[in-house]
Amino acid sequence: MGLRKPPLHAIHADLDASFTEFGGWEMPVEFDSIRTEHAAVRESAGIFDVSHMGELVVSGPDATELMGRLTTNDVTELDAGDTQYACITDDEGVILDDTMVFRLPDGVALRSTSSRPAADGDSSISRTDTPTDSEGHPHYLFIPNAGHDAEMYTRWIEYRDEWDLDATVRNATEEWAMLALQGPDATDLAAAVTDGATNDIDRFQAAFCDVAGVRCFTSRTGYTGEDGFEFLVPWDDAETVWSAFDCQPCGLGARDTLRLEMGFLLSGQDFDPADEPRTPYEAGVGWTVDLDTEFVGRDALEAVEREGIDERFRGVVLQQRGVPRHGYEVVDADGERLGHLTSGTMSPTLGEPIGLGYLSTEQAPPGTRVRVVVRGEPKQANVVTPPFIDK
Amino acid sequence: MSFDVPTDRRYLESHEWTTTDGDSVRIGITDFAQDELGDVVFVELPADGDEVTKEGEFGVVESIKAVSDLVSPISGTVVGVNEDLFDAPELLNEDPYGDGWMIEVEPSDDGEFEDLLTADEYREQTE
Repeated sequence: MGLRKPPLHAIHADLDASFTEFGGWEMPVEFDSIRTEHAAVRESAGIFDVSHMGELVVSGPDATELMGRLTTNDVTELDAGDTQYACITDDEGVILDDTMVFRLPDGVALRSTSSRPAADGDSSISRTDTPTDSEGHPHYLFIPNAGHDAEMYTRWIEYRDEWDLDATVRNATEEWAMLALQGPDATDLAAAVTDGATNDIDRFQAAFCDVAGVRCFTSRTGYTGEDGFEFLVPWDDAETVWSAFDCQPCGLGARDTLRLEMGFLLSGQDFDPADEPRTPYEAGVGWTVDLDTEFVGRDALEAVEREGIDERFRGVVLQQRGVPRHGYEVVDADGERLGHLTSGTMSPTLGEPIGLGYLSTEQAPPGTRVRVVVRGEPKQANVVTPPFIDK
Repeated sequence: MSFDVPTDRRYLESHEWTTTDGDSVRIGITDFAQDELGDVVFVELPADGDEVTKEGEFGVVESIKAVSDLVSPISGTVVGVNEDLFDAPELLNEDPYGDGWMIEVEPSDDGEFEDLLTADEYREQTE
């Protein structure tokens, strides 16, 4: 199967970006250097093409019930224009994916004005099939991770039919490019090309606004720990919006080091239903679970919450030279296993080797001195609670 | 993009270089290799007196994004290690053919050097 490409692929290639396969997409991993890109986001601003993220739109009279029963958080808490982080769990409470849920502004359809034909070539699929919901039913957008859009679309449709709910689900992933502008200068850069409209968007809020003349669904969210925005841009207008910001282009390499410093989970790596099955409690995002709501996995998670967990997502900082990586074992002074790492890097901000992974709650709480086994050699490390940097 | 491939040394397909003063040989990684790796953050090298073997692993170089084994172009005994790299692994990005050298080896078989790729042969491979 061929890789999916973001609309800006050729623009990135012209900038001499190097590319990587990620979740079935060919995405830019590095434009200049990870260190340069990382520093730009921490100190000024950087822009990322994250068009590999999915977009699913859920509308209709039972949209709220469908969203609520398939995500761990309480979707009824959302007012129009609010966003919420949530997990999508299976019957056992294992995380299938994590996602941002947006309750869309009332009375406005989330539709791309793009004239690009539908991905499957079926021009009968209308881009205007999201009701504006004049009935007043809340409608939603959620963002599955790269490569999970088709799987989540099927999941939503199957459960909708099983529960006999009246809701429309649409996979809009290839109607929208997604660009993330992040960094302390992001608010000024965004205000300059939106006539100040982005200044009215608070953290974890979203609204439509014109970015360099292009109508974008704009949220004050991100994956770096910095202030900034994520723009859903009609596929064919991606270049206009990308070019509107005079700042450092950044690839997935810097996106990874930035999220690692914050201790943010990476789907498919820090949790994965097949290779790293974890509940939200183990993954350190138990706060996304609202047991007062009904959702797939709720009963299993109630039991986990009652009985406690053996391992929990933690950070480690190496005290010796080396770079922690995915899969490395963590042991105590006697070589007894305490857990393993799921992510790691040399922190560009701190200049220290940092790692994330699952460690014994009993034997390796924060403050414990442990050893990370790097190519057979135990290296001293301290267990910490992420984030690794003050944000 | 074109990479620097000095003609005063020989190369291995896996992107290591060697120079010789007729006595010992110096080993490092090429401009192409450092660019592929990106920001180098860690280097693991053998110690003085260790043996290395042709095409055998002699160390590890890690960038932010990748871990890569180092392959020795020749067999012999390590007689020098660039310890500056431990504190300043970025020298590998800044000056891969100069201050970013890795180890010096006393070859056990002088003939091995001549078997390595010339600059032209190596350049062809990276184009």
